Amino acid sequence: MSLVRNEEQRRLQETAEDFLRRNAPVSALRKLRDEGDSLGYSRKLWQEMAELGWAGIIVPQQYGGLEFGFAGMGALLQASGHTLTASPLLATAVIGASTILLGGDEAQKDTWLPGIASGQTTLALALEETHHHDPLGVELSAAAQGDSYVLQGRKLFVADGHSAEQLIVAARSSGAKHGEDGISLFLVAGDALGVLRKRTIMADSRNAANIEFDRVRVPPDALLGAAGQGWPLLEAVLDRARIALAAEMLGNCWECFNRTVEYLKQREQFGVKIGSFQALQHRAANLYTELEMATSVVLQACASVDDDPQQVALLASLAKAKLNELSKQVTNEAVQMHGGIGVTDELEIGFFLKRARVAMQLFGDSRYHRDRYAALSGY
Amino acid sequence: MPIPCCGNPLTGKCYHRRRFFDTRTSFRACHCRVYRVSMEPLQQFREEVRQWLAENCPAAMREPINPGEQFWGGRNAIFSSEDSRLWFERMRERGWTAPEWPREYGGGGLSPAQGKVLKQEMQAINARAPIFNLGIWMLGPAILEYGSEQQKHRFVAATLRGEIRWCQGYSEPGAGSDLAKLQCKAEDRGDHFLVNGSKIWTTKADHCDWIFCLVRTGPPTSKQQGISFLLIDMETEGISTSPISLISGESDFCTTFFDNVRVPRENLLGELNQGWSVAKFLLGHERKLMSEMGADIPSVEPASLPMEYANGKMADPELRRQRVEYDMLMHSLRLTHARVLDEHVAGLQSHLPLIMKYLGTEAEKVKGELLLAMLGSAGLGWEGEEFSVSQRKALRQWAMSKTLTIAGGTSEIQLNIIAKRALQLPQQPT
Ligand SMILES: Cc1cc2nc3c(=O)[nH]c(=O)nc-3n(C[C@H](O)[C@H](O)[C@H](O)COP(=O)(O)OP(=O)(O)OC[C@H]3O[C@@H](n4cnc5c(N)ncnc54)[C@H](O)[C@@H]3O)c2cc1C
Repeated sequence: MSLVRNEEQRRLQETAEDFLRRNAPVSALRKLRDEGDSLGYSRKLWQEMAELGWAGIIVPQQYGGLEFGFAGMGALLQASGHTLTASPLLATAVIGASTILLGGDEAQKDTWLPGIASGQTTLALALEETHHHDPLGVELSAAAQGDSYVLQGRKLFVADGHSAEQLIVAARSSGAKHGEDGISLFLVAGDALGVLRKRTIMADSRNAANIEFDRVRVPPDALLGAAGQGWPLLEAVLDRARIALAAEMLGNCWECFNRTVEYLKQREQFGVKIGSFQALQHRAANLYTELEMATSVVLQACASVDDDPQQVALLASLAKAKLNELSKQVTNEAVQMHGGIGVTDELEIGFFLKRARVAMQLFGDSRYHRDRYAALSGY
Repeated sequence: MPIPCCGNPLTGKCYHRRRFFDTRTSFRACHCRVYRVSMEPLQQFREEVRQWLAENCPAAMREPINPGEQFWGGRNAIFSSEDSRLWFERMRERGWTAPEWPREYGGGGLSPAQGKVLKQEMQAINARAPIFNLGIWMLGPAILEYGSEQQKHRFVAATLRGEIRWCQGYSEPGAGSDLAKLQCKAEDRGDHFLVNGSKIWTTKADHCDWIFCLVRTGPPTSKQQGISFLLIDMETEGISTSPISLISGESDFCTTFFDNVRVPRENLLGELNQGWSVAKFLLGHERKLMSEMGADIPSVEPASLPMEYANGKMADPELRRQRVEYDMLMHSLRLTHARVLDEHVAGLQSHLPLIMKYLGTEAEKVKGELLLAMLGSAGLGWEGEEFSVSQRKALRQWAMSKTLTIAGGTSEIQLNIIAKRALQLPQQPT
């Protein structure tokens, strides 16, 4: 395992940054926001991204994917963090693909993976039921009726939930809240009878939904893995999601930081560039050291998914906690160092600030991941 | 489906999926052959190193080292044990006291990739460093870069043989962070220099054989342009030292006085009045050394302190939080150290080495405060039997950590350097 991206991964990252800067810069997100776009991302762009192979980066070749590994996925997400590109990359290409890969049987893989890799099928993970990440707190019920299940309950903060073709629903088929036993994952069509999706307009202008499940009947082949035994699968999927999101957040942080450093070199006050003030230099230099540490963590976390499964959980919590704190710090400093223009909607820094706050809550805030890191370390 | 073609020699796993990926040409080819060619000799080297270490590193040299057990080299050097002597001599024979330096001056001639392997294999068995010496960490690289052939053969080789213990004569009472203000004077007398003045905070000056010294050879106001770099034998007439006590209770450093000290001209490193470049080059290596300070010195670790538990968690939520923040910091730092090494092996240029001194030494301070917070009043025992050895050690370690963010360029100076070199921020006119 190496903490330096290899040539192919670097090339992928460069190509991605180049492609996204040309086709999906921050101004594209602004446009989606201002026009109140009902999808929240550009279908055409996603199709182009899929043609580049990005939807199937981690999907095996036999299902039409590139089988490029998670380190490559990390490079891609980091690139998309620079441009704040809205796309199904995280919800479908990482979370959807990982769930089917890790939890699906042969038939389910055959059914879903080719569609994911080609960009046709989009998915979303419906997990949270309260306003803080709590994967064991699942209460949405899955009652067995004959050989099908009936889902009843409500999900919040489902990224891409309003538009995804398929929902991966975490449900409780037995056991008590906060018990590991009894959690099951189901694939449910987004337009199934009894599914009521309400798009939520969030701070980051990306896509999310609150979803009501009212007596939603699902067939037996909708179940991923064994009934009631979904917790290890959910954990594994969440760890990949956390690591991928941390990679995106890293791109966000670097971009926000680079733009700020550029501003320090241009803006003049008191007859000098503001970047010559030591008070600002030290804060910027300190941020830089934090950014480099976070980069090491993200590289290792991504590589561990490919090469060192034992370490994935610990590194996922480390990466997410680290990037949560860094995102808060970098975006706040970026706004402050820009002065008045920093709090205007015209300057794009605000988009980074807002995406950071949403990403910080997704799949666990710092409190959650500090606690988990300590627990995994035996204290 | 990937055809099993290579088998990664390290993990036995096929690397076929790491294909060449280019969206412009959609060209995909297997890199395994390249991989096999480049990895196999290294793997063979690893096997050899592992075996050699197994046979040659004495068991006692795989135990955590205690203060006073380090071998520093020099005229008055003493080995704390026969194993320590054996270990040093065996490593010296292979040139592995400076693995990546040229063989002709006593180094090991290893490539960066081989150097990494040796480091990893030594870490894997907790092998101690065979020698501790400023001459290896800091001065040697500067002599290799700026020295004459004769100086390389004389000083580098002797240092690697463990014959010279070096100290650093940079700081003066009026020149700390603003090092270029130094005033210790060296008059050019043709075949020799006549040195007069004093140095301060000279670590272990009273135990060292030679000092590498920044002296003023230009006019007093010449700043960076009037500084030269001299190598001075501490036994020369006119040199005296006087120890200074530290808050950690040790007297690690000294004031060093020079009174009409004659230094032969051949001991000038680099050109006359060009010593500042040498000095800065050497400071880069000092940063590297200081950034790894924590890793080499055995210390009391927060994880080793007995704590109360409830339901499998540390009972005190606030201490638990402080500890997990510290652990995550150290984890990130370890990974960043590993990345520095990987970038070095890959031959990448980066600013990463600039930040490691700042991060590493600041982290040691976090550790010191965490130890005291966890120990409570048990961590405040300065001496006596009422406190355990590790409790007293924790307190000294806490005090010691304060020196690290000052020595070798303060944290503030590190941030200045990062702002200037890594971020290229504009400088205030001074
Ligand atoms: C344990 C230890 C061992 C040492 N060993 C040696 C040795 O072997 N040989 C040797 O030559 N020296 C040695 N030193 C000296 C060390 O290099 C100096 O102490 C250090 O460079 C700081 O200089 P100073 O002590 O004069 O502090 P000052 O330079 O006076 O600094 C005082 C404060 O002002 C701040 N400051 C100064 N300039 C700036 C600036 N431009 N911007 C912002 N803040 C600034 C500093 O960061 C510090 O907080 C050692 C020091 C210690 C603590």
